[in-house]
Amino acid sequence: MSATAFHAESRSALRRLVIAARGRSRVPYLWVTIVAAFVSLVSLMPLGFIAWITIQTGWETASKLIFRGRVGELLVNTALLELCTIPLTIVLSVSLAWLTERTDLPGARLWAWLAVAPLAVPAFVHSYAWISLFPGLHGLTGGVLVSVLAYFPFLYLPVAAQLRRLDPAIEDAAASLGLNPWQVFFRAILPQLRLAICGGSLLVGLHLLAEYGLYVMIRFDTFSTAIVDQFQSAFNGPAANMLAGVLVSCCLLLLVIEAVLRGGERYARVGSGAARPADRRQLGRWVFPALALNVATVALAIGVPFVTLTRWLYIGGTEIWRIDLVGSAFAQTVVLAIAGGVLATIAAAPMAWLSVRAPGRLQRIFEACHYYVGSLPGVVVALALVTITVRMILPLYQTFATLFLAYVMLFLPRAMVGLRTSIAQAPVELERAAMALGRTPFQAVRQTTMRLAAPGVAASTALVALGITNELTATLMLSPTGVETLATKFWSLTSEIDYVAAAPYAVMMVLLSLPLTFLLYVQSRRATGQ
Amino acid sequence: MKFSFPGSAFTLATLAGASMLAMSATANADDIGIVVYNAQHESLGVAWAEAFTKETGIKVTLRKGSDMEFANQIVQEGAASPADVFLTENSPAMSLVDGAGLFEPVAADTLAQVPENFRPSNGHWIGVAARSTVFAYDKTKLTEDKLPKSLLDLADPSWKGRWAASPSGADFQAIVSALLALKGEEATTSWLTSMKENFTAYKGNSTAMKAVNAGEVEGAVIYNYYYYGDQAKTGENSKNVALHFFKNEDPGAFVSISGGGVLASSQHKENAQAFLKWLTGKGGQAILRDGTSFEYAVGNGEASNAALPALSDLQYPKVDPATLNSAKVTDLMTAAGLL
Repeated sequence: MSATAFHAESRSALRRLVIAARGRSRVPYLWVTIVAAFVSLVSLMPLGFIAWITIQTGWETASKLIFRGRVGELLVNTALLELCTIPLTIVLSVSLAWLTERTDLPGARLWAWLAVAPLAVPAFVHSYAWISLFPGLHGLTGGVLVSVLAYFPFLYLPVAAQLRRLDPAIEDAAASLGLNPWQVFFRAILPQLRLAICGGSLLVGLHLLAEYGLYVMIRFDTFSTAIVDQFQSAFNGPAANMLAGVLVSCCLLLLVIEAVLRGGERYARVGSGAARPADRRQLGRWVFPALALNVATVALAIGVPFVTLTRWLYIGGTEIWRIDLVGSAFAQTVVLAIAGGVLATIAAAPMAWLSVRAPGRLQRIFEACHYYVGSLPGVVVALALVTITVRMILPLYQTFATLFLAYVMLFLPRAMVGLRTSIAQAPVELERAAMALGRTPFQAVRQTTMRLAAPGVAASTALVALGITNELTATLMLSPTGVETLATKFWSLTSEIDYVAAAPYAVMMVLLSLPLTFLLYVQSRRATGQ
Repeated sequence: MKFSFPGSAFTLATLAGASMLAMSATANADDIGIVVYNAQHESLGVAWAEAFTKETGIKVTLRKGSDMEFANQIVQEGAASPADVFLTENSPAMSLVDGAGLFEPVAADTLAQVPENFRPSNGHWIGVAARSTVFAYDKTKLTEDKLPKSLLDLADPSWKGRWAASPSGADFQAIVSALLALKGEEATTSWLTSMKENFTAYKGNSTAMKAVNAGEVEGAVIYNYYYYGDQAKTGENSKNVALHFFKNEDPGAFVSISGGGVLASSQHKENAQAFLKWLTGKGGQAILRDGTSFEYAVGNGEASNAALPALSDLQYPKVDPATLNSAKVTDLMTAAGLL
């Protein structure tokens, strides 16, 4: 190749690059924005539904159904549950995270993994395990106990990740100014965990509002259980819809509280170079209480489900493994979970891409819609979809389409999280270069960013699939006739107190969730480079 | 990670799409069979469906739910309801659907298989089984002389904190509807208000019985067959439990009729009618007699399970199933803070 030819070619490549860069924002951004706007609009549907149904019910009836003693009881129950569970969960997970990340606790890596493992056991299987062992366990005490055990990993994960990221120089400075180790922890470490604690607590709080199966078994009434009671007594009557309205308000209130508590402080480290890894603190004779705490948590959160399931499986023998029933529920669950995971990831992709490539005020609003819908309990989304399809779009009623729509809405934030981070790590220059080399904008995104984002895509799909595997209320209310998942089958058997026959379904759910939980654990460590 | 996104996403999407198609194909196989909205116990529904399919070759697809959920659902679905047959545990749900004019009259030869007191006079639906209200009590704590004489006694302050029920269940709501039909709205409201003070709520009758057995409460208002069902299995949840039948035509002696009906909107009426005829005939009633449901058989001359006390000895109150008003009951219970 002659010098001139090379020169000419590189000049024309440069020209194409300029043209592409100039025109890049037109076509794909517009279309992607339209798709993201559409997904946002769909995710606003449950909220619109509540408003619409309240207007339809009329204020007089609505206020009679909202301002009544029963709603007051449920509000008290909900408030007590949140106020007892969240602080306990924070104390437990911060202690465990500090012990496993920042001390010389023997077997710290193992304990770290075991602190995440309870996520593989669905919340309602936790309570099934507890009431099998202690049939009298019920009410607030029981509810708080099982909730803490089922949900503390949601707080442990972000807190542990944050602890690994902290710059020990700050602690050194605090110590050199004369603070003792306890003071260092409370005044230098804990404030830096604020974002992780707020985020994790929000997640736990929302789960407490949304969970149905756990509280039915433990006999503690919350809005979710009351809505299902009403649904079973009167289908989608006004009373159920009004309760759903109050429940949604509670969710929104939690979101606001979290936003306020999160504050606007700066946490990023300044200064040159990278932070050195923190030293692990010597536990000395404190090693025994530290080990005891870990052993006790694992015994309660993993040991109890393990012992109960083993016992029921032993009592049931081979008879309860009806391969035609268990196998078919297993297959249906896997298909629903994977298909739902893929669909949710596809639905979240435009917004995730936009929020990285073209952040702006409008995008911020769309993104908020994507996140808020995931904070809604399954029972509310299902109630909205049942009513809307049966009254207005009958062809979609009791179809897979509606069920998948519910899954996508419920798990949209999960899909967003993984996608966003990995798209952010793919340099935009590659897209531009690809366009400069003659790819259309869509080809460019597909061949560069999306390939680089593959691990995020896989993680998102897996996270959503995990959610669907353990989903109960929306599946119960929306699934097409004849569809039985592991969760719904488990639920109908435990309702007839056939705990023995229910055990195989619980075991299958745990086995399905284990690899996904492990993936979550690995991801969280990889995020901090370990 | 090595795999390429577009490729794997495409494969996954295709896989998902194909399996969805496969699944909807199974769900739509009702083109040859019938869809039954089954609010009866799942195990009984399955036993009926399997035996019927075996005998006639007609496929039955069951959807599970509860009485009132399905009844209200069918009313909303109206002419587009995917259901061909509706089976309940109690009759108020049948009345609700019948009130909306959505039932196809039951074939005359089917009606002839069941005595008049187990079906509404208009013949729009039919009784397929029956169950009796009982007070299941902890026999280690209560002796016969300390038992309530009437269901109404449980409203007395002396019973505060001592008894249980499952107010969210259709079973208990049917008992309240009988109370409403027998004693009127005022008495029912005041009884429900006292109940809210006195009772402990459990989800499901079996759970309530389990609580009695475990000594958590002294008694529970449930149906009779939960006890026999458990005794037939391991007896683990009922070893301390005994049953008290109120008799004397007390509201607490209410016998509830489980109903079956064919929907007017059904596209498979012939098969649906055949199913109803089979249920109330020899085949369906034999499953009640020989199976583990322990619900009473209602067919002419059909015997119930030998473990049960004879239905004719229970001195139950005469209530016309067509008069049981479920919507009113839900409203009263919601107002009393029970729902």
